[in-house]
Amino acid sequence: MSERAIIIGAGQAAAQAAQSMRQAGFDGDIVMIGEERELPYQRPPLSKTYLQGELGADRLYLRPAAFYEQQRIDLRLGLRVASIDAAAKTVTSETGETLSYDKLLIATGAPPRRLDCAGADLEGVRYLRSIADSDALRPALSAGGRIVIVGAGYIGLEVAASARKAGLDVTVLEMADRVLARVAGKDVSAFYEKLHLDRGVDLRLGAALDHFEGNGRVSAAVLKSGERIDCAAVLVGVGAAPAIALAEAADLRIANGVWTDDHARTSDPSIWAAGDCASHPSPIYERRLRLESVPNAIEQAKVAGANMAGGDVVYDAVPWFWSDQYDVKLQTVGVSEGADETVLRGDPDAKKFSVWYLQRGRLLAVDAVNDPAAFALSKRLIAARAAVDAKILADPDTDLKSLVS
Amino acid sequence: MPKITYIEHNGAEHVVDAEKGVSVMEAAVKNMIPGIDADCGGACACATCHVYVDPAWMVKVGKPETMEESMLDFAYEPKENSRLSCQITVSDALDGLIVRLPEFQG
Repeated sequence: MSERAIIIGAGQAAAQAAQSMRQAGFDGDIVMIGEERELPYQRPPLSKTYLQGELGADRLYLRPAAFYEQQRIDLRLGLRVASIDAAAKTVTSETGETLSYDKLLIATGAPPRRLDCAGADLEGVRYLRSIADSDALRPALSAGGRIVIVGAGYIGLEVAASARKAGLDVTVLEMADRVLARVAGKDVSAFYEKLHLDRGVDLRLGAALDHFEGNGRVSAAVLKSGERIDCAAVLVGVGAAPAIALAEAADLRIANGVWTDDHARTSDPSIWAAGDCASHPSPIYERRLRLESVPNAIEQAKVAGANMAGGDVVYDAVPWFWSDQYDVKLQTVGVSEGADETVLRGDPDAKKFSVWYLQRGRLLAVDAVNDPAAFALSKRLIAARAAVDAKILADPDTDLKSLVS
Repeated sequence: MPKITYIEHNGAEHVVDAEKGVSVMEAAVKNMIPGIDADCGGACACATCHVYVDPAWMVKVGKPETMEESMLDFAYEPKENSRLSCQITVSDALDGLIVRLPEFQG
């Protein structure tokens, strides 16, 4: 009997892993089980062009249906997995079907954190992760009135930009004292605050939500300060939590997500994990990271897929992220946590600059705003664990290319 | 529908019927052309859909905008006729377009 690999999840990591297994010569059965009814698709446009109605659903799919047939990938969509039995090497679906596996990949992603305050279950309080979520939010963009956005992270700010573009009044509530606090440095936060204020967003920093009001349908957000903000819709973007329930119930090791080693393998030798749900040891940063990003999903899934096919590949990619808001592109390379020095290059007022984060002279991360050259170069420097002289970096006459030998 | 020819680095040719309005990258992905990764899905953020435009088509395809030009600067082996295929929109004017793929992406 031929080998069988099962992939739980049908997102970016799942699709990439299946493809990488085939590319690495895995000839057995591949079964991909996804809760959503859609073919694997890209999520980033869901807060941007797809939400704005500029991009149709058919353009979100990562590969055409024919690809899965040609590669003999058995897609089981609209199906939930109920449990994994790691000892028996079986997966049981909620419909009661049990499938055995030789190799298993957990690529379950990270669904949005939900609010549990009063009124959080009112109609019109929305989250954004799936095509269905974006479809449900879109009518609010054409209905007019005010949308309250809870959380000034990537999702919150991208939806704010889309909503302003659609002519809505927008209030953004952020508990921290700056936007993008979790993912970018202070200079970058200040730049995005000004960008959104200039575009007419009512941005409230240090603002804590208390509850929502409405008669069946949300009509106001009430802050802890007592202030009441009338609104026609609410979008909550307060982060995501890794989907670890199946792994936990199967007694796999958990460490801020499904624990994996540097080969994307979990604590069970027949089970791998990749994408938003998995945490991995980073050789570059010498600590464990869990990243919520498309590039991480793709690169980690390539490693998992190759290793599931019998390979011996270490996951050592440089993390990177991007965000499009209005006409501004942010590209981030690396993780800036732990930086003891920052260098600003370029001019935020000209909407083209980069911020370089160093730790004891080593380059940790770069935020590049409309500056792809800084992005591309820093990716190479970080991969090379390069030391960079802050004085040379701070000199506007320094040609960045001279930093790469 | 406009026809587009993709030539892999090893010389393998693929002719596809591309829908008008989509990008040359999307037409490649839809038709399972190997050698175009398009990690960012067309956001002009990753430079993994790099192609070389056939010299005869360079004028019709046009030049990259500033963002794309900087991305291309750091792509694998950029040349005069390099473009990111996610930034080229398929139209009747591009019926017959030929693009060649680099040995590596990214």
